[in-house]
Amino acid sequence: MLELRNITKRFGDVLANDHVNIKVKPGTIHSIVGENGAGKSTAMRIAYGFYTPDSGEILVDGEVREIRTPHDAIALGIGMVHQHFMLVEPMTVAENIVLGAEPGTTAALDLNKAASEIRALSDEFKLAVDPHATIETLSVGQQQRVELLKALYRHARILILDEPTAVLTPQEVEEFFAILRRMREQGKTVVIITHKLSEVLAISDEVTVMRDGRVVGELKTSDTNAAELARLMVGRDVLLRVEKPEAKAGETVLRVQNMVVAVADGTRRVNDVSFEVRAGEIVGVAGVEGNGQTELIESLAGLTAQSRVSGKVDFAGRDITNMSARDRKELGIAHVPEDRHRRGLLLDFDLAENSILGIHYRQPAVTGLGGILLDEKGIERRARQVIKDFDVRPPNPDLPARALSGGNQQKLIIGREFELNPKLLLVSQPTRGVDIGAIEFIHRKLVALRDAGCAVLLVSAELEEVTALADRLLVIYHGQIVGEVDPKQTSNEEIGLLMTGGKKQ
Amino acid sequence: MSLVTVLMKHLRELLFPLIAVIAAFVVGGIFVLAIGDSPIKAYSELIGNAFAWPDGIGYTLFNATPLIFTGLAVAVAFRCGLLNIGAEGQLYVAAFATAWVSMKFGGVVVDVFGQKVSYSWMTLPAVILVPLAIFAAIFAGAFWGAIPGFLKARFGSHEVINTIMLNFIAVALCSYFTQYHYKVPGDPIMQSAPIGESAHIAHLGKFIPGLPERIPVNLAFILALIACALVYVFLWKTKWGYEIRATGANPSAAEYGGISVRKQIVLAMAVSGGLAGMVGINEVLGYHHRYYDGFSDNYGFTGIAVALLGRNHPVGVLLAAILFAILLRGGIFVDAFTDHVSKDIVQILQALVILFVAAGARYRGSLNVFGLLKRSKV
Repeated sequence: MLELRNITKRFGDVLANDHVNIKVKPGTIHSIVGENGAGKSTAMRIAYGFYTPDSGEILVDGEVREIRTPHDAIALGIGMVHQHFMLVEPMTVAENIVLGAEPGTTAALDLNKAASEIRALSDEFKLAVDPHATIETLSVGQQQRVELLKALYRHARILILDEPTAVLTPQEVEEFFAILRRMREQGKTVVIITHKLSEVLAISDEVTVMRDGRVVGELKTSDTNAAELARLMVGRDVLLRVEKPEAKAGETVLRVQNMVVAVADGTRRVNDVSFEVRAGEIVGVAGVEGNGQTELIESLAGLTAQSRVSGKVDFAGRDITNMSARDRKELGIAHVPEDRHRRGLLLDFDLAENSILGIHYRQPAVTGLGGILLDEKGIERRARQVIKDFDVRPPNPDLPARALSGGNQQKLIIGREFELNPKLLLVSQPTRGVDIGAIEFIHRKLVALRDAGCAVLLVSAELEEVTALADRLLVIYHGQIVGEVDPKQTSNEEIGLLMTGGKKQ
Repeated sequence: MSLVTVLMKHLRELLFPLIAVIAAFVVGGIFVLAIGDSPIKAYSELIGNAFAWPDGIGYTLFNATPLIFTGLAVAVAFRCGLLNIGAEGQLYVAAFATAWVSMKFGGVVVDVFGQKVSYSWMTLPAVILVPLAIFAAIFAGAFWGAIPGFLKARFGSHEVINTIMLNFIAVALCSYFTQYHYKVPGDPIMQSAPIGESAHIAHLGKFIPGLPERIPVNLAFILALIACALVYVFLWKTKWGYEIRATGANPSAAEYGGISVRKQIVLAMAVSGGLAGMVGINEVLGYHHRYYDGFSDNYGFTGIAVALLGRNHPVGVLLAAILFAILLRGGIFVDAFTDHVSKDIVQILQALVILFVAAGARYRGSLNVFGLLKRSKV
């Protein structure tokens, strides 16, 4: 059906694809797995005509084809849905779908004809999408289905999906998989790029594993398991479970009472939230993204330039409700922000300068003239410490942070914050976009910090991550804590229900 | 890092602006050809005279002095993520302030229609008056720069609009005070009464053998060199510079790092304004010895070009300021000694340099393929 033969693609010094062979059989769901930078997205972008390969050929239905642009790919029946949707928010579903393939004569746009075709397609695959709804009124899951319709409307027989489940709740993932299975029944071929092994095993027929730009495994899903796939991806044995002893919770470190965070337009992003975090325990916050987690963590860290906080926050018996971010850090509150590019790093600064962000005004970052001059030796020592303890690669303090992979950027941030020996760690999405090897490392470090007596408040969109790490789990929905569950007792279904506003049974 | 790698790193930084300058001269040469002159002749008039001793070098350095100050001013603001279009206004206010102080405390007595009229409150000696006058220039410039900084920090209004508006206000205010309060009656020129002689700063000719004292390059040039060094230390070696650069690089991350973005905006604009204000030292204390209405040859705006070409780095600013100063002076010779080309060629070249620097940002990526332009720390 679709075959990549000996594809090689080089970006500057980086060999993104090294003689890649991928064969996708018709009527199957085919997963391509690998860590970040393994070359899986590059290979699929070549198949979709975004990149032209340096060498090698693409075969569609057994014939060698030239695919130079996405237009060529679409003409051959190949469609692609990207991780970030490409939809025009104020326009309707139908308008978005016909964009670039408008029906009717050149001057008059026949939207009604398009809408009825879209409705027919939607019914055929049970997508339940209204062609006349505007995009901004749709949920993320529905928007994704619009993207699928976009490809189907252009008569795609092969659908390439880039990390399709990253934005979905557990329930939405189930629905989405059902849609994919229906597509397979109707004779479509689906290629999924992912790094979530449980999904690979749940949905696909065949799987191709990539590492460092090469294909390192081609397997039937029924013949393999998560451990084997992980070993192929990383190149060594990986601990998939988090090993952690029972928590020994001590005194209450953080006490939040009736906290409300309102943004400029008056919306309450965090609405009357109360909870406690004790020393030596990890409290997880589960929830669909955008339900107030960001505002909760940032307000606790003192980042309140865009919001107003009321209620009461006590840290180790001290009222810190209106304290500045710097003073909180001085008291022993460290913060690993959810978005490392926006908040966590100065991408154009080098690793050394990044390793002192937040403590740049005091020892060991400054020296001389009453602490005005930066202490370059001290800064470099600190950077080397973080790099060594947290295995940041490449270990060169003079490199700009931009040059690091996502996993190493994250290790740098985590290392910087851990190096402060915090009493309370606020940590958001600690492993987002980080490869499996680094995830294992970060999880171990988090547990070790807990066992050293630090109180940890953990927010993550990965349900598996919060349930594996947390000792207690809070579920947040529309800015409110709607339930607390024991992560050892609960099921994904129970949490999923709470996350979407359902009641606890 | 070994000396060679450090050197290579800086050479890489230089390479890109150099390409822009060469490209500008090539295109400018086509203009000259089209007009009907020899580009080689025009360019040799334009540049060749700058290196003659003592006049060429002396005047080039004199012309470069204000551009170094304004270039540094724009660069500091830019490092904080701000575009200071207001260096022009800041330097006018500063020049007036330094002239006012040097007049009021300089024991100035002027002969007005046969009568001795005093323009001073007291007479201070040079050791006190010169530092006081320098302080006045820096302070006035910093104050005028801090206004748009404060407006941005407090109300979020854009600094580009506000600095432009404050330029008009500055020029008009200085003209008003000159015309109605500090002009010597009967003087046909729009200028203030002279400043006290104890406020004059020495021309470099006084210290350098072979450099005649008539050439106006003065101690302000030395101050400009010191300012370059201090700006470098400030931005890259102090915690304040770290905070300003962090704010410019990523305000969200700066806030996360416990840095008050608002404070940095005001601080950066004040430092920027203070640097622009130092132009007043060169022009008033070192050259005109009075406030002279309209003295600035667009120094504040040329400073934007200087900073851009100099990659917002003090060393780059120094080199770019000297280049622009060479052009400024060379224009006179082009006017006089070529058949068709006028000194407007200078404006064309300046504009072309800016266009190529701006357009080049797009092409840095492809040059990276050769590993020539890898980003370095500064």
